[in-house]
Amino acid sequence: MTRALFSGPRVAVIIFLLLLISPPFLSSFILTLLTQALIYGILAMSLDIILGYTGLASLGHAAYFGLGAYSVGILATRYGAGFWVTLPAGVLLAVAVAAIFGLVALRATGVYFLMITLALGMVVWGLAHRWVTMTQGDNGISAIPRPDLGLPWSLAHSIPFYYFALAGFLIAFWILRVIVRSPFGQTLVGIRESESRMRTLGYHVWLHKYIGFVIAGGFGGFAGVLWAYYNGFVSPVDLQLATSVEVLLMVALGGRGTLLGPALGAGIIVFLKNLVSVYTHRWLLILGVVYIATIVYAPEGIVGAVRQWTRRATRGPLRSEA
Amino acid sequence: MDKKLIVSFLAIVSLVIVAPSPGWSQKAPIRIGFLAPVTGGGAAVGKDMTNAFTMSIEEIGMAYQGLSYQMAGRKVDVIIEDTQGDPAQALTKLRKLVENDNVHVVAGGFLASEGYALAPKIDEYRIPTLFPVVSADDLTQRKPVKWLVRTGWSSSQPNQPFGEYVAKTLGYKKIVTIAMDYAFGWEQVGGFQRTFEESGGQIVQKLWPPLGTTDFGPFLAQIKRDADAVFAVMVAASALRFPRQYQDAGLKARLPLIGGGTTFDEFVLPSLGDEAIGAITPLMYSAAIDTPVNKRFVKEYRAKYGKVPSYYSETCYNAARWIHEAAKAIGGNIEDREKFLAALRKVEIPDAPRGSIKLDAYGNPIQNIYVRKVEKKDGELWNTVIQTFPAVSQFWKYKPEEFLKQPVYDRNYPACKYC
Repeated sequence: MTRALFSGPRVAVIIFLLLLISPPFLSSFILTLLTQALIYGILAMSLDIILGYTGLASLGHAAYFGLGAYSVGILATRYGAGFWVTLPAGVLLAVAVAAIFGLVALRATGVYFLMITLALGMVVWGLAHRWVTMTQGDNGISAIPRPDLGLPWSLAHSIPFYYFALAGFLIAFWILRVIVRSPFGQTLVGIRESESRMRTLGYHVWLHKYIGFVIAGGFGGFAGVLWAYYNGFVSPVDLQLATSVEVLLMVALGGRGTLLGPALGAGIIVFLKNLVSVYTHRWLLILGVVYIATIVYAPEGIVGAVRQWTRRATRGPLRSEA
Repeated sequence: MDKKLIVSFLAIVSLVIVAPSPGWSQKAPIRIGFLAPVTGGGAAVGKDMTNAFTMSIEEIGMAYQGLSYQMAGRKVDVIIEDTQGDPAQALTKLRKLVENDNVHVVAGGFLASEGYALAPKIDEYRIPTLFPVVSADDLTQRKPVKWLVRTGWSSSQPNQPFGEYVAKTLGYKKIVTIAMDYAFGWEQVGGFQRTFEESGGQIVQKLWPPLGTTDFGPFLAQIKRDADAVFAVMVAASALRFPRQYQDAGLKARLPLIGGGTTFDEFVLPSLGDEAIGAITPLMYSAAIDTPVNKRFVKEYRAKYGKVPSYYSETCYNAARWIHEAAKAIGGNIEDREKFLAALRKVEIPDAPRGSIKLDAYGNPIQNIYVRKVEKKDGELWNTVIQTFPAVSQFWKYKPEEFLKQPVYDRNYPACKYC
């Protein structure tokens, strides 16, 4: 069966191998886009935990991304802190804020959850915008140095930094995969499918959702840490509403609840945004068509559509998997 | 789309030249990267910027070899990239221009945040870069960038002479400021406040509506009515709404409206009505400057794009000319980056539409500042020049070393002593 070739793990392994060996052969611009795609991939995968696995659409996910990025910006430029300080600081700050926001947001579901996360995201944005002594406001924080890990390769160059981002991506992917495949992750899926049934079965629904929410925030912060180092710059744009929406679209495009799908979606959007805009100023139109086509023809996203297609062919048993 | 157009145009051009003069024909084209917000909130500004820049490139070519897209004896490739007014995107596009397209020089940029994001990268790449629009003071003051040449202005530059003018010539003693709450607004108000108060005036109230405010009602209600005038700094969308709301609140008849240059620049004037008439603002450009050079520029720009050029157009128009003058000075050999940068810093344009321009030692232009009053002529609003301050530096009358010892103008600097 040719369709079996498209089975998830095999494709994933091929993609990873390509990501691993291709950099020396790519132009440096494509490489910077790939690096961007990996970092956004982490962010999209983290959102997938709450959006895809738990079924809660958040419109404030850029807040955690921004918190991670601003932690790096402030600590690295003001106090000269190294990577091993900024990384835990950024992730922990994102986790702490997610823990507080979760208490507020998870009282609601559906549209109300969407509205509350949007509002909370705007709070963080407002802070970045107005707390000028700390964040330099609208001007943003610039000249963030690349991290020095004591490796023989300087991360100031694009190829070493790419592998640095790839390592971050693989670690994030591996941990998130363990989480979604664990009984805890399966419970989240159960909650997505039927909250009342899970409650009847004796699961502590709220606590599961809350932990999922905090984990997603933490990995969002991790992506933000990498982003700040990649750009050497942080500004309120990184955590504005448009960024949250973009991440949401990445998840929807790639396929909710598939983990690798959102990462793929992130890659597609980063490349569309940056490559198509080179050829035409109407690139937004093309992006719009892609979104609409996805919603109409592949409501489960690209990975979801491919899975359905292969499953129909192999008539394999239905699995609920990552 | 533009890129394709340029490429096909170049192809035709190279076919037309049968026997090009020896010496330069072998040289590869000069590649210029241009960064502008082609989509997003700043798209209209981006249009003014790219239009004027390409118009200038074409004019240079026509004068030089009778061909568009020629400069200092070499063909020119202009690559326009969209920043979406997003600093992260501007960085990505700078990477693309330098690493992928191997451009020799970059021009453009829109917001202060874009400028600050690009600055360290420009020095890292050692790529000569022109900022015709980005005006954040510190880029040529306390955080100078070696490879940056600013051909536009610094935010506080027009307002420092204007502060004196308002106190001495207009004779206002007490002024309320209302400005968009971000670095550009602070720097504009700061520059004005410093010289206005040093000339005997008093700022009695400072109001800061957040960026993106559409309803100024709550702020207008707070304005102290015993002031002599109101100084407003609005940009683009807010500048479109503010004057009308100011009039509707019944303030126009009681308190004259003055402000920063962008509040009533040519970018917003065509969309405003009679509520704008009488407003006095300073800037380094007005489409109504009464010189033959500017008249020709306005006429041709209008014929080509159907609108009056804004200061965004004028500065980007000059940016192309600036690159050309520098390239000419070193015989078109712009691959020698250090020499090219030195040449860029030495360029003097005596006959730009805005008047004479040259750079100070910090890389910011020394240029005329025009005090302009909105008037109606033939049914259109124009910024009539009522006073010219010649050759104004970003440091005004202060010594640069002393000026730089002060912090950059900020929300709370200078402090509001009379509030």
